[in-house]
Amino acid sequence: MGSVQSYFNNLRGKEKKQEEERHVRANDRAFNLSYNYANNAIRTSKYNIFTFLPLNLFEQFRRLANAYFLFLLLLQLIPQISSLSWFTTAVPLVMVLAMTAVKDANDDINRHKSDRQVNNRMVSVLIDGELKNEKWMNVQVGDIIKLESNQFVTADLLLLSSSEPLNLVYVETAELDGETNLKVKQALTLTGEMEDSIETLSNFKGEVRCEPPNNRLDKFKGTLTVNGQNYGLDNDKILLRGCTLRNTEWCFGLVIFGGPDTKLMQNSGKTKFKRTNIDHLMNVLVLWIFGFLFTMCFILAIGNAIWEVKEGSVFTVFLPRDQGVNAALSSFLSFWSYVIVLNAVVPISLYVSVEIIRLGNSYFINWDRKMYYPKNDTPAQARTTTLNEELGQIKYIFSDKTGTLTQNIMTFNKCSINGKNYGDLYDFSGHRVEITEKTQKVDFSWNKLADPKFAFHDYSLLETVREGNPEAQAFFRLLALCHTVMPEEKKEGELNYQAQSPDEGALVTAARNFGFVFRSRTPETITIMEMGEKVTYELLAVLDFNNVRKRMSVIVRHPNGKMTLYCKGADTIIYERLDRSCKKLMKVTTDHLNEYAGDGLRTLVLAHKHLEENYMEEWTQRHHEASTALEGREERLDQLYEEIEKDLILLGATAVEDKLQDGVPQTIEQLANADIKLWVLTGDKQETAENIGYSCNMLREDMKEVFIVAAHTAEEVKQELQYARRMMCPESAEQPSVKKCRAGLFWLQKMETVQDEKVEGDYGLIINGHSLAYALEKDLELELLRTACMCQTVICCRVTPLQKAQVVELVKKYKQAITLAIGDGANDVSMIKAAHIGVGISGQEGMQAVLSSDFSFAQFRYLQRLLLVHGRWSYIRMCKFLQYFFYKNFTFTFMHFWYAFFCGFSAQTVYDEWFITLYNLVYTSLPILSLSLFDQDVNDRWSFQYPQLYCPGQLNMYFSKKAFVWCMLHSCYSSLVLFFIPWGAIQDTVRDDGRDIADYQSFASLAQTCLLVVVSAQLCLDTYYWTTVNHFFVWGSLAAYFAITFTMYSNGMFLIFTSIFPFIGTARNSLNQPNAWLTMFLTSLLCVLPVVALRFILMQIRPTINDRVRYKMQKDTLPAPPPRRPVRRVSTRRSGYAFSHSQGYGALVTSERFLFKRPIKSRLAFSVQPDGPLARNLPQVFRPIAEELHESQSSKS
Amino acid sequence: MGKAKDRTGPLARRPDNSAFKQQRLPAWSPMLTANTVLPFFYLLALMCLLLGVWLLLTVQSTQELKLDYTDLGSCSECYELRKNVSYAEQGCRCKVEFYIDQTFKGDVFFYYGLRNFHQNLRRYMDSRDDAQTVGRESQLKNPSTYCEPFIKDKDGVPIAPCGAVANSMFNDSFSFNYQTSSGHIMPVPLLRKGLTWYTDKNIKFRNPKTGNQTLAQVFEGTRQPLYWQKPVYDLDPSDPTNNGFINEDLIVWMREAAFPNFKKLYGILNRAGDPFTHGLPKGNYSIQISYNFPVQPFQGRKLVVLTTLTWFGGQNLFLPIAYLVTSSLILLMAVVLTVAWWKFGKDGKNMKE
Repeated sequence: MGSVQSYFNNLRGKEKKQEEERHVRANDRAFNLSYNYANNAIRTSKYNIFTFLPLNLFEQFRRLANAYFLFLLLLQLIPQISSLSWFTTAVPLVMVLAMTAVKDANDDINRHKSDRQVNNRMVSVLIDGELKNEKWMNVQVGDIIKLESNQFVTADLLLLSSSEPLNLVYVETAELDGETNLKVKQALTLTGEMEDSIETLSNFKGEVRCEPPNNRLDKFKGTLTVNGQNYGLDNDKILLRGCTLRNTEWCFGLVIFGGPDTKLMQNSGKTKFKRTNIDHLMNVLVLWIFGFLFTMCFILAIGNAIWEVKEGSVFTVFLPRDQGVNAALSSFLSFWSYVIVLNAVVPISLYVSVEIIRLGNSYFINWDRKMYYPKNDTPAQARTTTLNEELGQIKYIFSDKTGTLTQNIMTFNKCSINGKNYGDLYDFSGHRVEITEKTQKVDFSWNKLADPKFAFHDYSLLETVREGNPEAQAFFRLLALCHTVMPEEKKEGELNYQAQSPDEGALVTAARNFGFVFRSRTPETITIMEMGEKVTYELLAVLDFNNVRKRMSVIVRHPNGKMTLYCKGADTIIYERLDRSCKKLMKVTTDHLNEYAGDGLRTLVLAHKHLEENYMEEWTQRHHEASTALEGREERLDQLYEEIEKDLILLGATAVEDKLQDGVPQTIEQLANADIKLWVLTGDKQETAENIGYSCNMLREDMKEVFIVAAHTAEEVKQELQYARRMMCPESAEQPSVKKCRAGLFWLQKMETVQDEKVEGDYGLIINGHSLAYALEKDLELELLRTACMCQTVICCRVTPLQKAQVVELVKKYKQAITLAIGDGANDVSMIKAAHIGVGISGQEGMQAVLSSDFSFAQFRYLQRLLLVHGRWSYIRMCKFLQYFFYKNFTFTFMHFWYAFFCGFSAQTVYDEWFITLYNLVYTSLPILSLSLFDQDVNDRWSFQYPQLYCPGQLNMYFSKKAFVWCMLHSCYSSLVLFFIPWGAIQDTVRDDGRDIADYQSFASLAQTCLLVVVSAQLCLDTYYWTTVNHFFVWGSLAAYFAITFTMYSNGMFLIFTSIFPFIGTARNSLNQPNAWLTMFLTSLLCVLPVVALRFILMQIRPTINDRVRYKMQKDTLPAPPPRRPVRRVSTRRSGYAFSHSQGYGALVTSERFLFKRPIKSRLAFSVQPDGPLARNLPQVFRPIAEELHESQSSKS
Repeated sequence: MGKAKDRTGPLARRPDNSAFKQQRLPAWSPMLTANTVLPFFYLLALMCLLLGVWLLLTVQSTQELKLDYTDLGSCSECYELRKNVSYAEQGCRCKVEFYIDQTFKGDVFFYYGLRNFHQNLRRYMDSRDDAQTVGRESQLKNPSTYCEPFIKDKDGVPIAPCGAVANSMFNDSFSFNYQTSSGHIMPVPLLRKGLTWYTDKNIKFRNPKTGNQTLAQVFEGTRQPLYWQKPVYDLDPSDPTNNGFINEDLIVWMREAAFPNFKKLYGILNRAGDPFTHGLPKGNYSIQISYNFPVQPFQGRKLVVLTTLTWFGGQNLFLPIAYLVTSSLILLMAVVLTVAWWKFGKDGKNMKE
């Protein structure tokens, strides 16, 4: 009932009175119901069985085109005006409405189904002191419900108690914000004490007062009143609908917001409706056409007035005027009559056909096996079916890095220990061997605790370690000790690491496999298995990582009392702190580091140092003082750290590969060849981003310069940007050249376009988030845009989601170019929504990006197929369609215009009314549809071979206002031919037996046949790719025309529907004359040959890239694709401490909060989410939990 | 999207590998190449030339004579008389003479022509009731509103056939006379039947069922169109089967012309007897015209057309000339294309990158 009521409230436009505060009492349904809060049923469907027809029709008539046709239909009902029978408009309109209604109904049925499925999920609810199973939709605000592990959270709940210590629960919020790490929620101690006692819970009489429903996921404010005592509530105590409970046996919660009031539903508001460039152009053109239509009608109305005065007035003997009609009124009426006759210029079928074409092309994307990723069974998906052709016009791509370009998998690839390089394989002649998936892996089976997924190919390292080489052992001991990873051992021997950064996870896993297994930790100790022997180190201090230090150290005491400091960090930082004895080793290691950096690996340098007992004692004392000091704590600690981290002994270096997704460099190269600019916007650190820039070929050694903008004031940012610009283009003007123009409907929209500036050579630009914040200010944004657009490659690092969107908006605003944003995480949602086209990488964890995207697929490399093949085809098809469609309708309509001069401007039509009804709907719709679904100028392989084919789309070359005007001139010519040739041929002519052929009906059937033949010939000329379907539709439509015509003009039809089919016998009597066929032949020649000649001549004089490729395609077979060359470069650039690391985890792992009551079930949620945008930018953490879950599920099935 | 498939397993969602779904349908992709386009143009030019010449010869083999009698000779009196509507009832006859200097060989067709008469005005064309003229009895006395303003007369008696088209039927009549070389005047025999399309005569126009009644009885309760002198069942006094809605002159008139200048078949030379067995011999002819149809108000003209026919129809030079012009245009285009190809595109040199 409630939903019905609210539904009618909605209908009447009356919202419920604005809720100002929510007041909920636990276990008191009567009290809560008095407020009329929404229950937990959701309704995303729009209609029900009774409201469908009126509401859907109402919706449909809000579309301009449909409303226009309704208006025409009404005009046709006025007999003085009606120049055409009502059915010429009614039949197409009804068909269009019916088709749309069927589609809408189908969509709504699906929504009903999914609503029902969600609403009927079961949950345990505490009712009358008992736990009962209830459907979700029956849950009311104020109910207490019990959730179990892996259940979806039913509604927005106040967490009361949980099975876990400290009343913690762990939730996964992937559905909500896309972050895949577990988050911790903690109940109030007061409510936590109730635990799972049903009795206490059902007597719980707490009252919650809180904010009204809203869509802010990160904020909650309220108070809980129990026994007159107030307790504050914040976001930490709220479980939101859409989350999943993980690793928590059970928990109890109090429903605060249900169904439509939940934050999830409040967030799933209507997404901005995206329209393509062509849509906008089409709107403008339709307005033009309206203007043109009314001009034509106006001219004809004036003509009518003149005719009526001069001739009509004397013809009244034979045709008296209606009462009260004079020349003026008659011309006014004829204006409207011509509006009806000429209505085909604004064809109703245009919009429907455009939708069909887009839908078809979307299906082709869904069906493409070459965009299907077998590893996780993910096909590509066109989630928005109305944007296809814009894929062929992309000029700028904004890409996320982590998870999009890279797999977010770190692998320990190489290392240098004591001056010896490990990780490369050499053949007998000493050449480096390419490592592929088939290369034999090192066998770690001797180590029972080894991670089976770890792969390493160089045997010598393992041998070195097992031989007992002290440096190698120290190296791995360091890796096993110096980190902030949390272990998880659910079963004996089944270790899982929860790493804060994937790099650390990779390093600790490497140590684990090489025999130094990190087993468990407490705040004071770290236990590792050293070559099968259990050793427990005492953890004396963690010298945590931060951005300035760029290193991390631990100080541990071996059971034998020896104390050691282990340190890992960026090479430059560690090198400054090494003992002088390491000089020689440093040199060798540096060579190795250069080599690693050249391969695009992330490097770290490891060092250690033994500590003296008494020094350590004294240091510990000072450390304690410093860390408890009230003033200057940070500085004092830093000083202490600085003091102890020196004279280190170099151990070696590690190289971790941030694995790129397959084919990323090749894809980027292809896109660059297609003149698409790729900007990487990442939340990662500058070094990481730069590194990836090199490894995926965006930044190259042969670039003239890579500018780095990392300033802290607006002035500095400006200077750096200007410096970069002047370096690239010294002669560029101080002021950007901005072209101002107006566009859009009625020219209301002001546009400013910054012109591109020519730059010699390639440059790169790296800008960090801090500088970007200044650069995006009003006064600097143009400076940023100019500089950035001069560069081949732009990388923005450390950017917030909001900034990502701002960058996209900036380019959209001043470049008027089509943009595409691609990403996989929740932090990319803003830019995916902002860009013209949003692409989500699916198959990863977290669906937020995919849910808000327009297209989704599993791998970045599919982007080139989406753009270069599907996008290009869609664009070409759509352009061809529009051009042809306007051509055929204009030609059709112009004939009426010419005829007006012969029929006294009386709004007499040239054709039979049935031809007018069926022309767009039956005779000419299918051939052009099949063309715009199947046409290919060149096939996909050639499209890849010549990415330049993509460029014309970016420049709007195939369809524009100019093309439209050409199209009109073309139709004007065709209609002249099509009207005056039959006119001349039929005028004063008779049949071969002397009978009439110059009558109106014969002329009409001749003219319409000529028209149909000519537009079909034009279609054949436009078709580049003749499949059987095309043949079938083209010839089938012509055949259908003759079949239908002869049927409608037959005796039988006349005798049954006498006044509807007055053309009886016309086809038989006029089309059997050679005269008629000679006329048809001549009109076809005159209409088609000039087009052929023009195309041929243009192809000779100025062949387009398409012509060239097509010519090549005809001449030779496709050259074999070039072998995939490995991307390897010689580089002197070095990544710094390339960890995607943030500070503060050292404190966390040693804090009391993680005392483990039950060490076997120990778990840790790393993301104790601080609010603020940067926090959302944390890279995704290593999270084995989901994998396990996946495995267990798959093993079950 | 699409129908969910009942596949399971690791590749459950893999799209089908069909040529259709993968857009690999076998197809023919023709291209405009010099090898096809240039010969095609030359061939078409030649074809049009031949067609044009052939048609020209055909058309020129026909003979045609047009005679505007609107105010010719004695008809000028009638022309003046018809200016005034009040004399509409008064008959007027006149005579026009003409000379044929060359024998019209074969069948000769006699047409009457009108200039500047708009049979193609929308309201005029719509003003008819096909259901009435197809002989529906219900419609006979109850004509459709389409016939406005000629549905009923002032007294409310329905008009048959109703509507502006029928009302304005051309009602001049002609009798042709041939003056033999001996000075003897003999009538030229005309067939006044077989002037219409078969479908019109037999299907589109039918008389109401007569049963035992005469036609006049069937039409009782209706009246003739206002401008008519004779009722519809009495249009052809010589042949009772040519009366009512199936009167051929009515049917011919009811087939509205597409353009304001048109001619309509009046009769065919009956070649049964001498001296017309081979057509119209040369000599002097005269036409006795019963001059009824007023054209003066709308500045129209009336003519009589005599013509012989070929398979191509009457004497219309438009198509032959159009073909000849087209042929030369195509030739011109072909030459331009050849030059362009020779200069730019020979051996694919323009296609090189």
